[in-house]
Amino acid sequence: MNTPRFQKRTLFLIAYLVFAILPIYWMVNMSFKTNQEILSGFTLFPQDFTWDNYATIFTDASWRDGYINSLTFVAINMVITLTVALPAAYAFSRYRFIGNKHIFFWLLTNRMTPPAIFLLPVFQLYTTLGLMDTHIAVAMAHLVFTVPLAVWILEGFMSAVPREIDETAYIDGYSFPRFFVTIFLPLIKPGVGVAAFFCFMFSWVELLLARTLTSVDAKPIVATMTRTVSAAGMDWATLAAAGVLTIVPGAIVIWFVRRYIAKGFAMGRV
Amino acid sequence: MNDELKPVNQKAWLLVLPVVLVMAFVSVLPLMTVVNYSVQDILAPGRSVFVGTYWFAEVMRDQSLHAALWRQLMFSLAVLAVQIPLGILLALSMPAHGWKASAVLVLVALSLLIPWNVVGTIWQIFARSDIGLLGVTLAHLGFDYNFTGNATHAWLTVLVMDVWHWTPLVALLCYAGLRSIPDAYYQAARIDGASKFAVFRYIQLPKLRGVLMIAVLLRFMDSFMIYTEVFVLTGGGPGSATTFLSQYLTTKAVGQFDLGPAAAFSLIYFLIILLLCFILYNWMQRVGTAAKEPTK
Repeated sequence: MNTPRFQKRTLFLIAYLVFAILPIYWMVNMSFKTNQEILSGFTLFPQDFTWDNYATIFTDASWRDGYINSLTFVAINMVITLTVALPAAYAFSRYRFIGNKHIFFWLLTNRMTPPAIFLLPVFQLYTTLGLMDTHIAVAMAHLVFTVPLAVWILEGFMSAVPREIDETAYIDGYSFPRFFVTIFLPLIKPGVGVAAFFCFMFSWVELLLARTLTSVDAKPIVATMTRTVSAAGMDWATLAAAGVLTIVPGAIVIWFVRRYIAKGFAMGRV
Repeated sequence: MNDELKPVNQKAWLLVLPVVLVMAFVSVLPLMTVVNYSVQDILAPGRSVFVGTYWFAEVMRDQSLHAALWRQLMFSLAVLAVQIPLGILLALSMPAHGWKASAVLVLVALSLLIPWNVVGTIWQIFARSDIGLLGVTLAHLGFDYNFTGNATHAWLTVLVMDVWHWTPLVALLCYAGLRSIPDAYYQAARIDGASKFAVFRYIQLPKLRGVLMIAVLLRFMDSFMIYTEVFVLTGGGPGSATTFLSQYLTTKAVGQFDLGPAAAFSLIYFLIILLLCFILYNWMQRVGTAAKEPTK
């Protein structure tokens, strides 16, 4: 209806997308160059196109293990997070009980705690328990920020489901667990997807705790990268290739949940 | 959500219990350890003296902490001042339907998925004035740009990097908020002949209040805890131009034998975030309700 205005917005969008893509393009660009080309000068395209950097990652065990380690603890983290967050989010969205608001806010304060604070105590705690350098240790350390976020998102999705559905199911003689799994969960599937995505995102990219809690057996890909920077004398090309590969799982996940990605926040409380 | 309509049911506690137990283990227990350290002077492993609030007083007097806190505040405010309007604008510009909407959504969200140290690494190269696109372009335009040597340039580079990295989060939230506005509102506005700005000010902005609150809070707390990206990009330098609180804390904690001061610092840091988030939350809620009143 208002064409010039619309065009201005499109122009802005294109400008922003260019700004958003350029650094990523630069990384992709670097991943196809040799180290020598990266450091010797400025080139917009790889002059000397090579797949070697990717080959290095796929053939070197430490890179490959890092990738698998990251995927493992992220998966453990997602399972634990959703298992505890689903019932809690249901309780917050459906009932009032003593301290419900306080508990909810307390959960959110965990999201506000800088990971740097947990560094030392978490190190000692898991050393004492003999869990150092295991996937489960990293997964549990990451629960600090994934659980509050998951409860927050799921509560929003659940509140959008009319309460009448629960009541009808109970009248029809469904027990709570059966109702929850067979009727309620399918209704909030997008919410589960989005919560899982955010758990994935924050656990996948976290470095500080993951690096502190692991040394060899559970070393995540992000930590493998930092080691390469310091030890192998700035292997920029391999690093860039690894960076490209770390985006891939997230991009796949986001493609599946793209329609629902931020709905939970739009409906939630706070 | 209207809380008053919910039935009271104390059995709901059973559903919340797993979360409380898990969080007690992964969060409260470590936090208690920090509290424990913060009131002790550890002379040797197994030998410590109770010193009460000594470390807290010590940390509060620390001049470089004041400087780091001030830098941190300025940075977080700058982050909000740039990212919130930019995010809203971006959400308004994103197409609502069709394959274009999906494509734009994924492209916009891409930067959120990059591990934080990779973000730092990309920008480290990207901003170099000899081999990086940004650096070379700026140099070409005649700027004497050097983020490793010039404090202002370093600070601005960190800010631009953060804008690049996190504006998508604000945009995604606002985008979802905009999609939840019923079409009837727009039709009513069209009948009234409302301008685009009026539509934004009286329909879209009030409806975005909820998501904006979340966006502001998330961005505020996360920018207040920023560590990895800055650590990789500038290492806190040049000098201490980009040494923010987390950076300062880790340099203090790592390689130091006595854990007391670092623990006290951690707690003060946490309380500052909590306090500021609380103030921000209440202020936004007041602004929200004050803005709502006249329209009723």
